[in-house]
Amino acid sequence: MMEQIYLDHNATTPVDPEVADIMSRYFVKEFGNASSVHNFGRNAKVALENAREQIAEFINCEPAELYFTSGGTESDNIAVLGTTYQYKKRKNHLIVGSTEHHAVFEPAEFLHQKENWDLDFLPVNTAGFCTANELEELITDKTALVSVMHANNETGTIQDIKTLAQIANSQKVLFHTDAVQSIGKITVDVKELGVDMLSLTAHKIYGPKGIGALFIRQGVKIAPLFYGGSHEKKRRPGTENVAGAVGLARALEIAGKKMEQDHKKLSELSDYFIDKVSSAIPDVAFNGSREKRIPQTVNLSFVGIEGESILLSLDLEGIACSSGSACTSGSTEPSHVLTAMGKPKIEAQGAIRISLGRSTTVEQLDYVVEKLIPIIERLRSLSPVYEKG
Amino acid sequence: MSGGVDSSVAALLLKEQGYDVVGAHMKLWDYVDVGADIYKDGRCCTIDSVTDCRFVCDSIDAPFYVLNMSKEFKATVIDDFVSEYHKGRTPNPCVRCNSDVKWNEFLHKAEKLGCDYIATGHYAKIEQSSSGRWHIRKGTDDTRDQSYVLWGVTQQALSKTLMPLGNLLKSAVREIAHKHNLRTADKPESREICFVADNNYRRFLRDWEEKHGSESVPGQIVHENGEVMGQHNGIAHFTVGQRKGLGITHPTPLYVQRVEVDTHRVIVGDNDSLFVSKLEASGINWIGGSADNGAFEAEIKIRYLHTPAVGKVTPHSETEASIEFSEPQRAVTSGQSVVFYNGDIVLGGGIIDRA
Repeated sequence: MMEQIYLDHNATTPVDPEVADIMSRYFVKEFGNASSVHNFGRNAKVALENAREQIAEFINCEPAELYFTSGGTESDNIAVLGTTYQYKKRKNHLIVGSTEHHAVFEPAEFLHQKENWDLDFLPVNTAGFCTANELEELITDKTALVSVMHANNETGTIQDIKTLAQIANSQKVLFHTDAVQSIGKITVDVKELGVDMLSLTAHKIYGPKGIGALFIRQGVKIAPLFYGGSHEKKRRPGTENVAGAVGLARALEIAGKKMEQDHKKLSELSDYFIDKVSSAIPDVAFNGSREKRIPQTVNLSFVGIEGESILLSLDLEGIACSSGSACTSGSTEPSHVLTAMGKPKIEAQGAIRISLGRSTTVEQLDYVVEKLIPIIERLRSLSPVYEKG
Repeated sequence: MSGGVDSSVAALLLKEQGYDVVGAHMKLWDYVDVGADIYKDGRCCTIDSVTDCRFVCDSIDAPFYVLNMSKEFKATVIDDFVSEYHKGRTPNPCVRCNSDVKWNEFLHKAEKLGCDYIATGHYAKIEQSSSGRWHIRKGTDDTRDQSYVLWGVTQQALSKTLMPLGNLLKSAVREIAHKHNLRTADKPESREICFVADNNYRRFLRDWEEKHGSESVPGQIVHENGEVMGQHNGIAHFTVGQRKGLGITHPTPLYVQRVEVDTHRVIVGDNDSLFVSKLEASGINWIGGSADNGAFEAEIKIRYLHTPAVGKVTPHSETEASIEFSEPQRAVTSGQSVVFYNGDIVLGGGIIDRA
C-alpha cells in the first residue's frame, strides 16, 4: 500500500480520538432518550444541555438560541426556508452571496423557482469579497433575508460579515451566515458579527458527521421544516443526537484550545506550499485572498488543464485533495465560486483545492510538490489549450 | 465500466494478468435530459450501475472514478441521433459513441491519468499484424460478437486498447464472475440504446422535439404504386422495414421502403420490395482492408444482428464505396453501418448512404 496523504480537510476531518472516546460513552452507557422522564433520559438530557451550554458559550450566544441539527446543510435550509416561510405575506425577496455553498443556493433557488421569490446574488470581487455598497443597493423593502457565508469552502476567503450584517440590520432585514468552514478555526462570536442566524457543523473540526447546530437569535421567527415532537422547542423535532452533540461540544473545546497554535502552523505550512508550488511550476494562479483566509485552504489554478485530471492523477499517487467542493464533484463545469470571482474559464477549470489539517507535515507537502510537477507537465503536454510562455 | 458483468470481468482479468487497473464509468446523460424516470428506470448510467462498478472495483482493489462526459455525449451522439432520424435515416448511436466518445474523449482522459491502455468488455479481439497494422477480429462467442460496432476506431486508438473478453464465451464470463463473487455476475444484459431508457425511441424523439422546440412536419404515407395511403406526423418516426405503427389498413402487410426527406413522404410496399442488391457507403474507416487495391469480395454485415452476406466492395475513394450483394438483402437502411469482413477479420466499415 502506497503512502496516503490526506489534504482535503475542508471536505471533512478525522474525528479526534478524544472526541470519539467521549462520544462512545453516550452510545453504549448513557444511551437514554433525552426526552424520557426516567433516570436514563435525565442523564442524556443533562449531557445534551451541557453540550448546548458549552457551544453557546463558544459562539457567545444564549443556550436557548442554539438548536441542534444534522449538520450544515440542514442548518442552512432551516435558515433560508424557515425564515422566508414566516415572512412570505409581507416579503418576497432574498439575497445570497454568489459564492455560497449549494446548501444555501439550492433552497434559495427553490424559493425562486417554485414560490416566486425574487432572488439576487451578491457579487464578489476577484478575491471573493462582497462589498457593503452592493448589498445596500440590492436591499429593498421586500427583502426578508440576506445569507452570506463567513469563510468560503473553496477558497477560504473570510468575508467582513460584521459590516454586511450591520447593513442588513439597519434595514430590518434578517442576516444569516454559514460558518461551517470558519467555526473553530477563527473566532466566531455571533454578537461581534451581529448576525441573526449562524450555521455550524462538527465534521470539519475533528468532530463527527451528522451533527451541527443553528444559532437563531432570540426573537427571530422561523418555521420548522420537520414536524413530529417538541424537541428543540419544536423547531427541529426528532430524537436528540446526544452523542453527536457531546462530540460537537468537545471538538469545539479542543479547537478553541488549539486555535492559535493551529492557525500559526497552518499559515506557515500553506504559505510554504503556495510559494513552493509557484516557484516549481509555471502558470499557477492563487485563487482568493492570501491574507484574509482560513489558512488551511489553498486553491490553485494550473492554467490550461482540468482540475479533475489533476485530482484523479494525485489520487493515483495516494494524495487526496479536491477540485472545488466535494458536494459538487462529478460535474466538469468550472466552479461557480471561481466563476463568480471573475476567473477566466481556462483558470477556473484547472483549479484544485488543497486543504491542510492538524496532521499535515512539511514532508507531506514536499512529496505533493514532487508528484505534482510531472503530473502538471504531462497534462499540459496533452492539453490542446495550453501554450507555454 | 457500465456496471454490467462484461466490463466487471474485463477489469478482473486484467488485474489478474498484473495490470494496474483503474476503473472508470462514463456518465453519458442526465435523466432530465432524456425524459427518463430516475426512480423507475434502473440501468446503465444510473446510480445503481455506478454502485455496482464501485463494489466490483473495491473487490479487485482498483481505484474507481465516474467521468462526466454528458456534454460530449450530447454533442456527438444524442444530437446526431435526433438529426439522423429527421433526415429519414436510422442511426446507430453505439457506433457513433465508440468512434467519437469512447475511443476519443475517454481515451484522452485515460492518457491524462497516465494510463497506457483503455480496456473494455467488448466481445472482439484486437491484434497487431506483422506489418504493424492493428486488426479487429470477431469475438470467439459469435452470439455476442461486437466487432460490428467497432469499425470506426482508428489505428492509433486500437494500439491503445485491450479487449480481454475476445477469446471467451459469455457463459465463461459469467462463470468467472461467479467464481469471484462479483455482484454483477447474474445481471441481465442490455442491448438497447442506453439513453432511451424505456426502449421507445419514438417517445424519446417526441420528448426531445417538444423540449427543444423543433417541429416535425406531417406528410403522406404513399404506396410504391403511387397511391396515397394516409398521413403521418413526421418522418423521424419511421425506419426502413418497419411494419407496425403505420396507422393504415391494407389487405396485405405493408412495410416502410424508404423515407423521403425532401417531400416528407413515407413510401410503403410489400415485403418483396424490401430486398435490394446494392448500396452506397461513405465515411469509411479501413482497418484490415484498403481502398488501394480496387474491388474485392467480402462478407458484409448491414446491421448488428444481420447474418453476413457475400458481396463485392468497390471503393471509389478513401472513404466511399459501392457494395453489391450476391443475393438481395432485406431492408438495407441508410444511417446504419455496413461492415466488411474477411472471415472473422474486420476489413473496414462505413455508413450506408442509400440503397
